[in-house]
Amino acid sequence: MTEEKSPNEKLKAAWSEQYNSANLRDVPFETMSGVPVDPVYGDGPYPGQYPYTRGIYPSMYRSRLWTMRMFAGFGTAEDTNLRFKELLRNGGTGLSTAFDMPTLMGRDSDSEWALGEVGRAGVAIDTLADMEDLFAGIDLAKVSTSMTINGPAATLLAMYVAVAEKDGVSASQLAGTIQNDILKEYQAQKEYIYPPRPSMRIITDMVKYTTAEMPKWHPVSISGYHIREAGSTAAQELAFTLANGFAYVEAAIAAGQNVDEFGRRLSFFFNSHSDFFEEIGKFRAARRIWARWMKERYGASDERAMLCRFHTQTAGVSLTAQQPEINIARVGIQALAAALGGTQSLHTDSFDEALALPTEDAARIALRTQQIVAHETGATNVADPLGGAPYVEWMTDEMERQAEEIFSHLEDLGNGSILEGTYEGIENGYFVGEIADAAYRFEREVNAGQRIIVGVNEFTEGDDPDGRNLLRISAETEDYQLKRLQDIKLRRNQKDVDLSLKEITEVASDPARNLMPAIIDAVKVYATEEEISDSMTKEFGTYVEKAIV
Amino acid sequence: MKSHGEPVHALFEKAFAGERRSIGQLLSVIEQGGDQADSVTEMAHTFTGKAHIVGITGAPGSGKSTLTGQLTRISSEAGWKTAVLAVDPSSPLTGGAILGDRIRMDDLAGEETFIRSMATRGHSGGLALAVPAAIRLFDAVGYDPVIIETVGVGQVEVDVAGTADTTVVVVTPGWGDAVQANKAGLLEVADIFVVNKADRPGAKDARRDLELMLDLGHISGLNDQNEFRPPIIMTNALHGEGTNEVWKNIKEHGEHLHSSGQLEQRQSNRIHLEITNRLNRVIGEVASSVLETKAGRELLKSVASREISPSEAAKQLAAKVLK
Amino acid sequence: MADKKIRILLAKLGLDGHDRGIKIVARILRDAGMEVIYLGLRQTTGSIVAAAEEEDADAIGLSMHNAGHLTLGPKMVDAISGAGLDIPLVIGGIVPDEDVADLLSSGVTSVIGPGASAEEVVAIVNGAIATRERK
Repeated sequence: MTEEKSPNEKLKAAWSEQYNSANLRDVPFETMSGVPVDPVYGDGPYPGQYPYTRGIYPSMYRSRLWTMRMFAGFGTAEDTNLRFKELLRNGGTGLSTAFDMPTLMGRDSDSEWALGEVGRAGVAIDTLADMEDLFAGIDLAKVSTSMTINGPAATLLAMYVAVAEKDGVSASQLAGTIQNDILKEYQAQKEYIYPPRPSMRIITDMVKYTTAEMPKWHPVSISGYHIREAGSTAAQELAFTLANGFAYVEAAIAAGQNVDEFGRRLSFFFNSHSDFFEEIGKFRAARRIWARWMKERYGASDERAMLCRFHTQTAGVSLTAQQPEINIARVGIQALAAALGGTQSLHTDSFDEALALPTEDAARIALRTQQIVAHETGATNVADPLGGAPYVEWMTDEMERQAEEIFSHLEDLGNGSILEGTYEGIENGYFVGEIADAAYRFEREVNAGQRIIVGVNEFTEGDDPDGRNLLRISAETEDYQLKRLQDIKLRRNQKDVDLSLKEITEVASDPARNLMPAIIDAVKVYATEEEISDSMTKEFGTYVEKAIV
Repeated sequence: MKSHGEPVHALFEKAFAGERRSIGQLLSVIEQGGDQADSVTEMAHTFTGKAHIVGITGAPGSGKSTLTGQLTRISSEAGWKTAVLAVDPSSPLTGGAILGDRIRMDDLAGEETFIRSMATRGHSGGLALAVPAAIRLFDAVGYDPVIIETVGVGQVEVDVAGTADTTVVVVTPGWGDAVQANKAGLLEVADIFVVNKADRPGAKDARRDLELMLDLGHISGLNDQNEFRPPIIMTNALHGEGTNEVWKNIKEHGEHLHSSGQLEQRQSNRIHLEITNRLNRVIGEVASSVLETKAGRELLKSVASREISPSEAAKQLAAKVLK
Repeated sequence: MADKKIRILLAKLGLDGHDRGIKIVARILRDAGMEVIYLGLRQTTGSIVAAAEEEDADAIGLSMHNAGHLTLGPKMVDAISGAGLDIPLVIGGIVPDEDVADLLSSGVTSVIGPGASAEEVVAIVNGAIATRERK
């Protein structure tokens, strides 16, 4: 008589089979004291099993640690190129580009809007020439690159493709992510150019283009990070982000895309804040919700289209200007939460970021912090080590419950469509209002002393404002960049540029055509970022936030 | 008083010559009320009567600021020197306010446009005096039209918009609670209805409900003495759709007022309301002061000891005041 | 009623879109009884000056998070005085301590540092207005 297996035993058996066929890192999976540990404990569904609450891969960090992706960018392309190479030398495994504000807003360095902002908060990119300098001497077929840009994302992706092509690397070899999450811009970060609907058309064009030409590229990184930084709660971050994801899915399906094909190339980007267990619950709930909705609501059948892969960054907003050194401890705790929450990649903030852009020393300490979490704590030996703990399971359920309430509200707003509900929520100020309310509530609690922020409203002794060494971007950066842009404008073939820009406007007026090829053609003849943005503004108009405080 | 330092008549001369900063300062004087405000009114009054006063009101979230912004753009593009007075409620708890209407208007406004934000400051009486005084100042220094935007909740706000020459009431699909809106008298004062966000489900229903109420004569108040059936215009103000139509109807209504002789009626209604408000205020002040007199305090005692009734006490005090 | 109300204009100058702080400050000042005229994002020195005139603002508050304060702060000061206005300018956001002296000497009235409490914010705004009124 064969013994009937319990459901959990069946899950465990299925998981074991997958685990055993996985490649593992060549390190001892035992404690510091030499006690061997299992790859996972507790009940199923196990990591790699639907709905993936416990992780998206069966072996998790035993096979591969998260990507240590440090966000960098400042000054000119050459300055940032040096920082990139330094990070790669130090064991960083992916590049992440921060652009300056004019670049993020589709403006050139010589725009009157750019005054005082060129190269300040990231690298300044005006034309393909800057992009060539940014990645000079880096093999684009080998690194994975993340670009944090949204409004003008299509132009920057086009430049990346064009740089690679010049280096003999085809688009299909390129691996990486472009943030390209415009919805959260209207909700939180405010770096938009066009109104929501035309912006969505551009994103849909990019999804179509990358699906066809760039199989290793993630065309949208749906980002809660900025929603949280703007002051939302953990549950709002979770819910608004996933709802934005649903909105992109609905838009892509409406544009005739196959949910399995593009669904597997969506990725997410979350914040890791200081409330340790709330954050871990949030990460676990994100995977579960995404898998359920993709499968049950949007009809995904490919497992890869149900996986919520995410990048995490520690909470910039939690860093204090007072006693900045203690931020290192905050970042360490937040990084550990991200690891225990099963992140696929991680940026750790530098301790001096509440004051200015990170110095090289501070950026190195931040990278070292996550290396400690990865290599010294033992947290990577066991997948979802906190799974099954009553508090963690309760928190996961609670995050999910709150998120589902928000989804219901958005569905009501959109008469059953999350996409339409999201447009409506942007238009009527729902998102910005909710975020501003949450931010103000927290601020009042800190102010009233109900919440202690170490070094700010308690334990304030020991701050030394004079002992700081801040990164300064010299005004020469701006001058240099302006000269460079002027030079390129003189050297390029103006007739080609004019024609290419006209073509973009033309394509923009026809929703049946894809904007990407026209934009790639324009960057190749050194049309500037602003010229390309303006060529689309002619057709799409611009967006001004109407919402209330 | 703020430390403007300059006497009111000097400011008025500069304002009259078109200096915007002086207009801004005089508006502050008006908002603060009192004798100085009254003297602005006196200086301005003789120069008024030329501007077309347009009231725009509707529930919070109906998109009236966005509509106001669009109308301001159309008006200034047509060469009109437009003034906008955007009234928003003060916090009843702290007396402070966040006035955010400029966000929706600034990028649309032309160079010649003047936008002023005003908080209700908790005193409905104050608002009822300050708004007509501000209109008068704009009119006197050459603005035409003068657009007043208020939230259509509360009698004073409705009155303020409702006594304009042309009153536009903005509703949205699913505003549904017609009874609620009607209670506030909002529908009564409309010369023009705008159904904003007309791309939403329920827009047609909103229109039909309004038509029905007009047919049945359920909406018939102050402004219904001229056989001008309020048009109902569908808009999507955010995208500028239907807004030209609204502007056209505002101008047509203005012309209708002229040709029908209704304009004088409107102006006299407005003056009537303003005088009533001022009178109430003056009498109110006298009433409070008479209570503080010796006779007043004695009467209070008599009421407290049940010798006379409160109404008898009021009558006796009124007799003293009106004597 | 003769209410003496402080009217302060709050804006973000230039492209910087970080508006969490300025929205919190708007509410703090409202709750302190002030009238806050909120201009929001992407303002120019010209649009701010025009609004300050029309609104007869007692003070202008700018929030800066992109390290552009040493360029944009003095530019705003010039725009205010260039228009012949005498309105205090308060700057908040990410301004390192070592830049405060430069900003003040360029004509900025006060700086609100990161981590200022609600009381400090209100006191700084009141103080900036009082300085101007004494002149």
